[in-house]
Amino acid sequence: MDELSARPQRIRRRRFLDYSFGAALAALAGTVLYPVINYLIPPKTKEITHQAVVAGKAGELPSNSGKIFAFEGRPAIVLRTPDGEVRAFTAVCTHLACNVQYRPDLQHIWCACHDGHYDLHGQVLSGPPPRPLVEYKVTLKGEDIIVSRT
Amino acid sequence: MGVRDWLNERLRYEAAQAFLEKKAVPVHRYAVTYYTGGVTLFFFVVQVLTGLLLLMYYRPASDAAFESVRLIIAKVRFGWLVRNIHVWSANAMVGAAVLHLAATFFSRAYRKPRELTWVSGVLLLGVTLAFAFTGYLLPWNTLAYFATKVGTEIAGDVPVIGRALMVLLRGGEDITAATLIRFFGIHVAILPALATVLLGLHLTLVQIHGMSRPISVRVRGEERFYPEFMLRDFIVWVVLLGGLAVVATLWPWPLGEKADPLAPAPAGLRPEWYFLFMYQTLRMIPGRIAGLEGEAVGVTLFALTGLALLLVPFLDCWAQREHKHPLFPALGAAAFAFVLLMTALALVAGM
Ligand code: FES
Repeated sequence: MDELSARPQRIRRRRFLDYSFGAALAALAGTVLYPVINYLIPPKTKEITHQAVVAGKAGELPSNSGKIFAFEGRPAIVLRTPDGEVRAFTAVCTHLACNVQYRPDLQHIWCACHDGHYDLHGQVLSGPPPRPLVEYKVTLKGEDIIVSRT
Repeated sequence: MGVRDWLNERLRYEAAQAFLEKKAVPVHRYAVTYYTGGVTLFFFVVQVLTGLLLLMYYRPASDAAFESVRLIIAKVRFGWLVRNIHVWSANAMVGAAVLHLAATFFSRAYRKPRELTWVSGVLLLGVTLAFAFTGYLLPWNTLAYFATKVGTEIAGDVPVIGRALMVLLRGGEDITAATLIRFFGIHVAILPALATVLLGLHLTLVQIHGMSRPISVRVRGEERFYPEFMLRDFIVWVVLLGGLAVVATLWPWPLGEKADPLAPAPAGLRPEWYFLFMYQTLRMIPGRIAGLEGEAVGVTLFALTGLALLLVPFLDCWAQREHKHPLFPALGAAAFAFVLLMTALALVAGM
């Protein structure tokens, strides 16, 4: 009788120890993994500053042409419409992030990767891109084309 | 059919488990030395894992290396922790490897049939030191730059092949961007490959031969390797991991200043502690010995000592016959005392 009542007790203690061991292992794994996972998340190298950037010289941008430049570390495009207006957009296609380009023959923006077309306001004309390109503010200061966030 | 059975049918892990349970660890006065190998292995694993993490951000170019390490320390989340652990654990690994060597040497564990285990172990120690030497330059700071200059210059003193060896190491006549890329390649590709092969051989041999019993030490019995010994091994590892984390947090390893090849070398330039004894010996050797260049003589002597260390199991013919002759322990103790003395002298001179 005594033995019978004692045995389940033993097993329960064994179980408890097993669980404690497992929990301790899990805690150890968590302590190691937490910094590792955090380490893998890249830090922001450039603060998002609302900086103005000189995209180029007005004289070097004839009408019906475009040019890629760097804005906040990403490609952006500045173009002069056939009417002579200067506009700037992100150059990162909203589909799969290829760099877009200005097509003088089509007179609008085009993404070569999957044949995405954007009009001169960055709106999608045709092709896979789901969203329009973000437009930037363009100011002309003397010869300089200055681009900033709106 | 449970997951356990399914896995077992494919992996046959029960066979491995049975093997581990059959393996026995002798219990005696010096049984604590059996942990030194596992400790070295632990630090090696830490080096591999933190090294892989550092690769995510490190850039091996002379104009970007320093900045990328600074980015890791300052910007990357827990980057300081990963880098400090990598540096501290590197030092600890050298220490643990030396301890393991001493434990094996003084218990004559290298005797038949474990000669090749010893040889692979000494080669692994060489690989460890090469890891330390090449890794030191990678942050491209002033100290590392000039220490590498001196170190490779010493390699140039090896007889006959010295000059070629130096150019080969530096990737040119001088320490330049080419040297950095070379060291990086050696550190993250060549040495890991070598270490994998040697460590694989070393550990396989340990499994085949089991733990060595020291000559004429009373063995009080034995315990199973798995789970008893392994569990205690594991506890030691957890404690060491905690210790590493504490040390890495409280004593960050300084990054120093970016190397400037045109700047004059800083005063008090010294190699890391594990190379201090060589540095000090070379400094104390007279300029000319019997018409030969002193430094070359010193370097040659070190090379010969290394070779002798590699061949210990074949030289100690007493141990091969299970004899306890005091010559080899005496030689070992003398070498150890010499290293300690030279290190101490270098430390005193540096203060
Ligand atoms: S990425 Fe531009 S159309 Fe697909």
